[in-house]
Amino acid sequence: MKESRRMNNFKTIILSNQEISSGYYRMRILAPEFGQGARPGQFIMFRVQTSLLPLLRRPFGIFQTGFLPADCDGQPPKEYLEILYKVVGGGTTIMSGLHEGDRVEVLGPLGRGFDMGTPGTEKILVGGGIGLVPLYMLARELVKTSKVRLLMGGRRRDDIIAVTEFERLGVETYVSTEDGSLGEEGLITQVLERKLQKYPQADVYACGPMPMLEAVQQICATHKVPLQVSLEALMACGVGACLGCVVKGVGHTEQSPRYLCTCKEGPVFRAEQLDWQKMAQEDGYCEGCKS
Amino acid sequence: MTGCAMKTEKNAKRPNLAVEIAGIKLKNPVMPASGTFGYGEEYAPYIDLEQLGAIVTKGLSLNPKAGNPTPRIAETVSGMLNAIGLQNVGVDDFIKYKLPFLREVNTPVIVNFFGNTLEDYGEAAKRLADIPEVAGLELNISCPNVKQGGIVFGTDPKAASEVVNLVRKNSKKPLIVKLTPNVTDITVVARAVEEAGADAICCINTLTGMAVDVKTRKPRLANTTGGLSGPAVRPVAVRMVHQVVQAVKVPVIGVGGIVCAMDALEFLIVGATAVQVGTANFVDPRAMLNVVEGIEAFCIEEGISDIRELIGSIKL
Repeated sequence: MKESRRMNNFKTIILSNQEISSGYYRMRILAPEFGQGARPGQFIMFRVQTSLLPLLRRPFGIFQTGFLPADCDGQPPKEYLEILYKVVGGGTTIMSGLHEGDRVEVLGPLGRGFDMGTPGTEKILVGGGIGLVPLYMLARELVKTSKVRLLMGGRRRDDIIAVTEFERLGVETYVSTEDGSLGEEGLITQVLERKLQKYPQADVYACGPMPMLEAVQQICATHKVPLQVSLEALMACGVGACLGCVVKGVGHTEQSPRYLCTCKEGPVFRAEQLDWQKMAQEDGYCEGCKS
Repeated sequence: MTGCAMKTEKNAKRPNLAVEIAGIKLKNPVMPASGTFGYGEEYAPYIDLEQLGAIVTKGLSLNPKAGNPTPRIAETVSGMLNAIGLQNVGVDDFIKYKLPFLREVNTPVIVNFFGNTLEDYGEAAKRLADIPEVAGLELNISCPNVKQGGIVFGTDPKAASEVVNLVRKNSKKPLIVKLTPNVTDITVVARAVEEAGADAICCINTLTGMAVDVKTRKPRLANTTGGLSGPAVRPVAVRMVHQVVQAVKVPVIGVGGIVCAMDALEFLIVGATAVQVGTANFVDPRAMLNVVEGIEAFCIEEGISDIRELIGSIKL
């Protein structure tokens, strides 16, 4: 029970906070010694300000970790973490107004990340809007051993973010928008269907709004390919205490409840862990966290 | 949070922060509010549990309970609504799987429990009666989020008295009764449970509230209503603790919206012997330790050598 084990809540500062697409921001946060412990798919509970407004922390997937180039002052390179977020409510509105040097607090990395799957197997990543976030670190790992494809969907072109960064990793990318303003017109799940016909052995990883995940689950079940999903949920604590973010696991009944905490047992789940039918009946999933 | 970040001076004499509730010796008066701290283990990676006055578990029922559908939480101004619905592993699994961890922690464990029926309350108390690691029981008659049990007992002085009587008969453990603020006069229920044999009273549980998503026109909680907690409720809680302290002789544990030491001190000054910290644990896992350190710093600053000098020192 030494203090060194409790390093995962830290006060820090913002290094930069920029709008990268209409309503979407990229925030870089100073995070010493954060990267070596962070696995693809994990998240942070972010305290937007050191005041009590907003009261609760916000969960954000880790987009990436890295180092700033060393200054000429002889100091070691600074380590950072990055989150991408969409302005959807009060909390994210406050965030969008923060600047370099503003003080914030980070709890993390938290939760269970992605399993890397079988090296060499085709990898297909499916991202819907801001759901793209946890897929970047995953892609960074997967490209070392496998061919990786990203299927990125959104309502309109503004929702298509950070795709060029995936391309720089060597990921082959496919874009669709519902209004046809960028890439193919329609839903990204159509693209997934086609890709799975072509690459029937692929491992699939998905993150995005619940209707998209449900469709992806059905397609993957039909093609009998392994699927991992990263879920979003309203959370208060992020560590498995408040039980606010639960989802129903397979075999859940009133008598023998099998709730899974999105924060602790997730946010990444194997598709077969979840009760998709019962999940569809509840509408507790935030579409981009209405906060 | 100005005023909350007082630091202890190095050479100052440390004040005595120890208090006693119903025979349970606490090294300081700060403990978590039930339901905000899991079974203790969840927060062990983030804070030293041995620096707490006590650990209060998530509310337990005789049998495991599934809880409510989601969404279960909604943030409001300076507070949050929750309708978790008392999801828990049940008394037996708690003893088997959760208690072994707590056994190794040198901090008294207070078990919060509830029942759907009078008989359930009695049976749960019985099963916890002979467990040596359980320092005390906190009887929950105040959860606003389940149809049966909980609040049904807490809003009616006669029913409250009956359930306390039965639990008292089934267990010799120190018995704390947690009251709801959702009544016209909390002192009536407080007196009733004191008379029925409660060793201490804890108040307040959450205030029933509701929030609406104006676009979908749906309640923001699947349960429609939920319990409001957080800084928003603190003045209500301080008032009620003040009233209950005046009405009963047993010690009172104050709870409601405490974030920092200054908040906790308000409760102590109106007469609470100890305090519970709830929602603030979600905001900052170190919240309770900050409260303990801040109380200590305040005592040093004010020349108070024993926390008990502060308790009930309100000047009216």
